[in-house]
Amino acid sequence: MSVEYETVIGLEIHVQLKTNTKMFCSCALTFGEPPNTRTCPVCLGLPGALPVANAEAIHLGLMIGMALGCELAPRSKFDRKQYFYPDLPKGYQISQFDEPLCAGGGIGGVRIHRVHLEEDAAKLVHAGTSGRIHGSAASVVDFNRGGTPLAEIVTEPDISSAEQAGEFLRLLRTTLRVLGVSDVNMEEGSLRCDANISIRPVGQAELGVKTELKNMNSFRYIEKGIRAEVARQEALLRAGEPVTQETLHFDPRTEQLTSMRSKEEAHDYRYFPEPDLTPVLITPDMLERAHAALPELPAARQERFERDLSLHPDTAKLLAWRTELGDWFEAALAASPAGYDAAAAGPLANWTTNELITRLGTDVDPATSNVAPAALAQLVALVAAKTVTANAGKQVLDVLVAEGGDPAAIIEAQGLGAVGGEDTLAPVVQAALEANPAIAERLRGGDMKPMGVIIGHVMRETKGRADGGEVTKLVRAELGL
Amino acid sequence: MTHLTDLTAKTAIDAITSGDLDAAELFDAYRSAAAAEDLNAYTWVADQTPDLGAAAAAPLRGVPLAVKDLFCTAGVPSQAGSRILEGYRPPHTATVVERLAAAGTSLLGKTNQDEFAMGSSNENSAYGPVKNPWDRSRVPGGSSGGSAAAVAAGLAPWALGTDTGGSIRQPAALCGIVGLKPTYGTVSRYGMIAFASSLDQAGPFARDVTDVALLYSHMHGRDPRDATSVGHPEATVLPTAERMDGLRLGVPEDLTGEGVEPGVMAAFEAALQTARDLGASVERVALPHADYGLSAYYVIAPAEASSNLARFDGVRYGRRSGADDLVSMYTKTRHDYFGDEVKRRILIGTYALSSGFYDAYYAGAQKVRTLIARDFTAAFAGVDLIVTPTSPGVAFPLGAKTDDPLAMYLNDYFTVPISLAGLPAISLPCGLSEGLPVGLQLAGPAFSENRILDAAYAWERALAFDSTPSRIGAAR
Repeated sequence: MSVEYETVIGLEIHVQLKTNTKMFCSCALTFGEPPNTRTCPVCLGLPGALPVANAEAIHLGLMIGMALGCELAPRSKFDRKQYFYPDLPKGYQISQFDEPLCAGGGIGGVRIHRVHLEEDAAKLVHAGTSGRIHGSAASVVDFNRGGTPLAEIVTEPDISSAEQAGEFLRLLRTTLRVLGVSDVNMEEGSLRCDANISIRPVGQAELGVKTELKNMNSFRYIEKGIRAEVARQEALLRAGEPVTQETLHFDPRTEQLTSMRSKEEAHDYRYFPEPDLTPVLITPDMLERAHAALPELPAARQERFERDLSLHPDTAKLLAWRTELGDWFEAALAASPAGYDAAAAGPLANWTTNELITRLGTDVDPATSNVAPAALAQLVALVAAKTVTANAGKQVLDVLVAEGGDPAAIIEAQGLGAVGGEDTLAPVVQAALEANPAIAERLRGGDMKPMGVIIGHVMRETKGRADGGEVTKLVRAELGL
Repeated sequence: MTHLTDLTAKTAIDAITSGDLDAAELFDAYRSAAAAEDLNAYTWVADQTPDLGAAAAAPLRGVPLAVKDLFCTAGVPSQAGSRILEGYRPPHTATVVERLAAAGTSLLGKTNQDEFAMGSSNENSAYGPVKNPWDRSRVPGGSSGGSAAAVAAGLAPWALGTDTGGSIRQPAALCGIVGLKPTYGTVSRYGMIAFASSLDQAGPFARDVTDVALLYSHMHGRDPRDATSVGHPEATVLPTAERMDGLRLGVPEDLTGEGVEPGVMAAFEAALQTARDLGASVERVALPHADYGLSAYYVIAPAEASSNLARFDGVRYGRRSGADDLVSMYTKTRHDYFGDEVKRRILIGTYALSSGFYDAYYAGAQKVRTLIARDFTAAFAGVDLIVTPTSPGVAFPLGAKTDDPLAMYLNDYFTVPISLAGLPAISLPCGLSEGLPVGLQLAGPAFSENRILDAAYAWERALAFDSTPSRIGAAR
C-alpha cells in the first residue's frame, strides 16, 4: 500500500532595503562600485566604532509590515547574533531576535510569522574552483555590501508546493516593488530566499524533519530546487531511511543538491541585546508617515479590479500582480472611447492578458512595445461594435505589435472590415454548403456537430472578417432549420 | 622652586591666558618628563612639541593631555594594552578626544592600562605593569593605571581614563588623585575600544577637583555617532562651595568595616567627621542588593566583552597567527595574542550567553542590575550623595593578587554597584594609610555631577590632602 505525502514549506526572504545609506553607518549604498570603496570604521568593525540605526530603514520596515498586514511592535530591539566568519567584521551580526519590528500578518493566503531588520554581511570572493571558503587557496572580502539594511520576512509553514512558493514569492516581490522599498532583484541579490522543506504522510499532524535550501537566486531555481528536494525526501522515506536536518545548496546548473558542511551550521548564536543601541520606539508620527507612504498594493488592486471592473479573479490577479501590466491596462482603459468604464473593462482585460501577452512574450512590459494603450482600447471598441470581427481584430493586433499604428487605419488599409449582412454573407454561406454536400446533409438531418466546418470555410473565404454567429444563423436559414 | 609640572591645569591655563606661561614650554616640560619616566605609565609619548597656535587660543590653551591607550587616536598607536593590537594605528579618533582637542588640549601620550580595561592593578597589560609613584613596588590600580600614575607623578596635568566597574575611581584612589566616572551616556563612547558597552564610560583624572570639573565640562555632550549617548541636562560649573551645609550624606548600612583595611576605614571615618564639621549630615542608607553587584557585574561585563572582542580575529587588523585554515587562524591568533585575564573573561562571557545558560546567568544578572538601580533610586530619596571608601584597601604590592582573580575582583566591591546603576561618582583622596593614599567615593543620582563636584571641592579644601607622592620607592 502506497503512502501519500504532503509537502510543508516555510520561506525566509531577505530583502535589501533601498535606503541612501547603510543600516548602521552613513556609508552610501550604491551597487557596482569598486570593492571596499564604500566603507568606514563602523561597517569595517574597527575597534571603538559604534552603530547607529538608520531611521529610513525602520520607516521602510514599517511600510513592509503594514503592506503584509503585520502587527507593528511599539517597542522592538536589536540583538547580536554571534559567529565567526570573514564576511562578518564584528564577529556578530546586528539583527532582531525576540522582539522583531513586525509580527503576524499574511499575504496571498500565506501567513507571515515575522519581519525584522538586520545588516547584510560583506561579500566573499573565493579564488579557485570550489566557490567556497573551504578548498580555496585564497578568499577576499568586499565590504561594500557589508551593513546593507535587510528586512527578513519569515512565513509560517503554509506553503504546500513549489508552485505555491513561486506564486507567493511573485506576489511578495510585486508588493515590495510597488512599495518602493527595494530593487527586489534576485540576480543582484537584493531579494534572496531560503526555503525550509519537510514532507509528511497525508493526515499526520506532526511535521516531518525539515531541511533548509539556501540562497536560491531565481524563482525558477527556487521551484526547481524545492521539487528536487521534495523528491529526494520522498525517495528517502519510501526507502525507509530518515531525512536528516541539514542545510542544502541547490546548484541550478547541475540541478544537484549538496549538503553544506555541518561545521558551518552547528551554531549557538548566543543572541543577546545589542548594548550599543537603544530600543526602537515607534511613535504615532512614524506610523502616520509610513501609512501615508503606502501605495495601492497588488492584493488591493486585484480586489478593486474584481469589485469595480467585474474582472474574472484570474485576470484581475494577473493584472494586479504584474504591476506594469496593470498600469498598462489601466492606461488603455482610460483611453477607451467610453472612458474608464466597467463595461469596456472585461473585453479589454481579456485582450490584454490573452492576445497581447501571447504576442509580446510573458515577461515583456507592454509599455516597451509598439502597441499604444489607446490603440488596443480602440481596437477592442471596434470589435465590440462589430466593425471588425474578433478574428480580424487579432490580425489588426498582429500589425500593431509589429509596427504600431492606428487600428482603424489598419482595418481600412488591409480591408479587414467585417463582412456582414445577408446580402454579402449569404452567397458565401451558400457556396460553402455547396462545396461540402456531405456536411450539409448531416446538418440538414439535425446533426449540428459539423457546423464548424462550414464556419471555417466561410472564415477562409472572408479572411476571418465574418461573424461566426451570423454565419450559423445564415446556415440555419439556408437549410430551413 | 616650583616646577611647571607642579601646576594644576587650571593654574597653567590662567598663566598662559595672562601671558606668564608659554603653552609650548609647558608641553615640552611634560613631554620631557613623560619621555623619561620610569613608571611604565606611557605606551607612547609625542615625539615632538606640536604647533600649539590654534590650541593655545582655545579655552584649554594647549595644555597637554594623557589619553588611555584604548581611546582611538588617528595615526597614533591605540593598542588597548593588548598584544593583539600591537602597532595598530587607527584611521579614526574617539569623539571625546576630538572634543578635547577642539577645546584646546594637545595629545601628550597614550597611557598604559590593563588589557582591554580588564583588571584592577594594571598587571594585565601586555606592555608590562605600571608602578605606583607612591611606592614603586606597588600597583597603581586599574584598569586606567597608567593615566592615574602619570597624573600623580607629574607626568601629565590631567588624563583620560575609562571606568567600567571602577577603572577610574580605584586607580585614582590608589594613586592619591581625583577621578570622576560620569553618568553613563554623557560622554560619547565612539572610538573607545569597548570592554563592556553597557558599563564603559570615559572620565577625567586630575590632581584636584577643579581640574576634573574643567576637563569634564569639555567632554560631555550628545554624539550622533553613539546611540547610547545623552546630552547632559546642565552645563558643568567649576565648583566653588566651601561648606557642606544641609548636605545629606548616606553611608551604606552594611559598610561596617568588615573586609575593609583598618587604615582605610579610619581615614574614611575621619573624612566623615570633616564633612560633619562642614555642615553635612551623615546617615545610614539601605542598598539591599548592592552585595550582589560583583556577581552580576562579573556576568554582564564578561558577556559583553566576549562579544565585543570577537572582532579581533586577525582578518582585518592587528596581529595574525599564520595557519592552514580559517578556523585555525582564528583560534591561533586569539590564543597567541590575548592575555590570560582576557581569555578568562571571554570564556566566562561565552558560557553565560550560551543557549541554555542565558536565562540563569545573563538574564538573571540583568534583573539584579535593575534591583540595584532601584536601590539607589530609593536611597537618593533620602540622601543627596552616598559615600564609601573607593577601594577596600590601599595600593597592594605588585604580584600580590595576580594568582587570585577573586581577591582582585573584590577591589571593585564599592565601585561596581554604581557602575551597574549608571550613576556618576568621584574618588578623591582623603588621607593616608601606611603612607599610601586612601580614596573616598562620592556617588549621586544620574546627572548630579555638579552636586558631586561641589561637595568634593569643599571636602578637598577641608581635607587639604597633599597629592604629591611621598615616593617611597625612588626619587622622581
